[in-house]
Amino acid sequence: MKKFNIHLLVSLAFSAFTLLAFANTEEEHLGGEEVETVYHSEVEEVEHEFDAKEVIMHHIGDANEFHIAGDLSLPLPIILWEKGVGLKTFMSSSFHHGASAIDGYVMDHGVVKKVLGDFPAGHHEVEVHHGEVLFEGAHFETEGKSTLLASSSFYDFSITKNVFALLMSISILLLVFIGMARFYKKGNMVPKGIYSALEPLVLFIKEDIAIPNIGEKKYAKFLPYLLTVFFFILINNLLGLVPFFPGSANLTGNIALTFVLALLTMIITNINGTKTYWGHIFNPPVPMALKPLMIPIELIGTITKPFALMIRLFANISAGHILILSLLSLIFIFKSFMVAPVSIAFVLFMSTLELLVAFLQAYIFTLLSALFIGLALEEHH
Amino acid sequence: MELLTPDIGLVAWSSVAFLLLLFLLKKFAWKPILSSLEERNTSIEEALAQAEKARKEIADLSARNEEILKEAKEERNNILREANKVKEQIVAEAKEKAQADAAKIMLEAKEDIEVQKKAVMADMKNAAASLAVEIAEKVLTRELNAKGEQESFINELASKATLN
Repeated sequence: MKKFNIHLLVSLAFSAFTLLAFANTEEEHLGGEEVETVYHSEVEEVEHEFDAKEVIMHHIGDANEFHIAGDLSLPLPIILWEKGVGLKTFMSSSFHHGASAIDGYVMDHGVVKKVLGDFPAGHHEVEVHHGEVLFEGAHFETEGKSTLLASSSFYDFSITKNVFALLMSISILLLVFIGMARFYKKGNMVPKGIYSALEPLVLFIKEDIAIPNIGEKKYAKFLPYLLTVFFFILINNLLGLVPFFPGSANLTGNIALTFVLALLTMIITNINGTKTYWGHIFNPPVPMALKPLMIPIELIGTITKPFALMIRLFANISAGHILILSLLSLIFIFKSFMVAPVSIAFVLFMSTLELLVAFLQAYIFTLLSALFIGLALEEHH
Repeated sequence: MELLTPDIGLVAWSSVAFLLLLFLLKKFAWKPILSSLEERNTSIEEALAQAEKARKEIADLSARNEEILKEAKEERNNILREANKVKEQIVAEAKEKAQADAAKIMLEAKEDIEVQKKAVMADMKNAAASLAVEIAEKVLTRELNAKGEQESFINELASKATLN
């Protein structure tokens, strides 16, 4: 944890520094008016003006097609469930990168949206920009897919960029670790190749995370979860750092995924909670008068712990992606090659740091999961 | 904020996919890997223990060898010492016996000599006596002859008489 704090300080200091540098150089190189146009480009819909925020948000967000290079995208299956209508499936390539509407659905900057109002079914040529659809001279509003926080008229179960990355990382993990199991089963004693890198990690999680936090007697039951979570987060963090296809998906920086992982930790923690654990929550060792105060606090505590897990992983990984993309955006904001060496140098530095963060966040998530499970398993005081 | 709202689609996919991954890895990867590593650990521990045991055995063996060697040396020394002692004893005994024998032989010889001496003395006495008697006889038979004759006769007799 101390290491993590130091790292956090370093990265905070660094981001503060880059922000300052960014602000200074921006004022130096661009006149006030130009800054204005950059910031107002979104409002004025200047077609070819570079909008760093939009680019970055597009890159770290999810998309219904996997952009490879230029106009080339990997078409992905679109699976939609419309309330009261039912299932609709087709390939994302039918949208022609947003130029076509299909049965009232459009692709807005890579994301499927439903056109509101009286919009004809079938294939139509449209223009989509920031949620607005222009069709035969008429403007239409759109609505996004249902989320956990807000319900809309349809659910999007498509194989999105993130789902693609998810399935790919799972395939890699299965291949590697089942291969590793076979390798050991053949009677090999000494690991070879990639296995010699993975074995210390497996042993590290067993001996330095699971056993110290959960205890010698009970750790075995939770070890598979901890190992899976660690390697799942690690590989997705690393693949996310690869700047081109099939990497670059910001899966572990997506709150939906960190939500699922944190939820699993929360479920495992509470399912295995002992009498002592629940006793501590519903009958905390405080004076009677404080109990009405403490019990809600303890109850909230059971949620805030996994909530912190969710936010920590999401924020750290997303922040890394945003930082690297911001540094690269400088080149396009200044429209100058002179910035490129500086940007590249910083990006190189950040990428190295993010490599560390990739391991660190996987480690922290696993460590804290083990810690929470260990706390819930405590038998006595 | 779009970033902070979890998509239902991704939540569903990642729940299903992660649980499937957990199940598959648990069954086909973690269990075999962990048990293999465990096995390897125990086999290494066993091998180390065995090596330690073997080393101890070798040390014991060499210690025992040394002891045996020492014992053998001691025994050899003992045997030699004893042999020496026996030898000395035998020699001493032999000496003693030889001395005793010699003494005995001497004693016997002395006794023999004494006996012989006595016998000779007795013979001499007898001879002397018989000579005396003979002389006396002859003297007596020639009594009447001259005195001078008598003495030369005696001398003659005496010179004739050989002792033995």
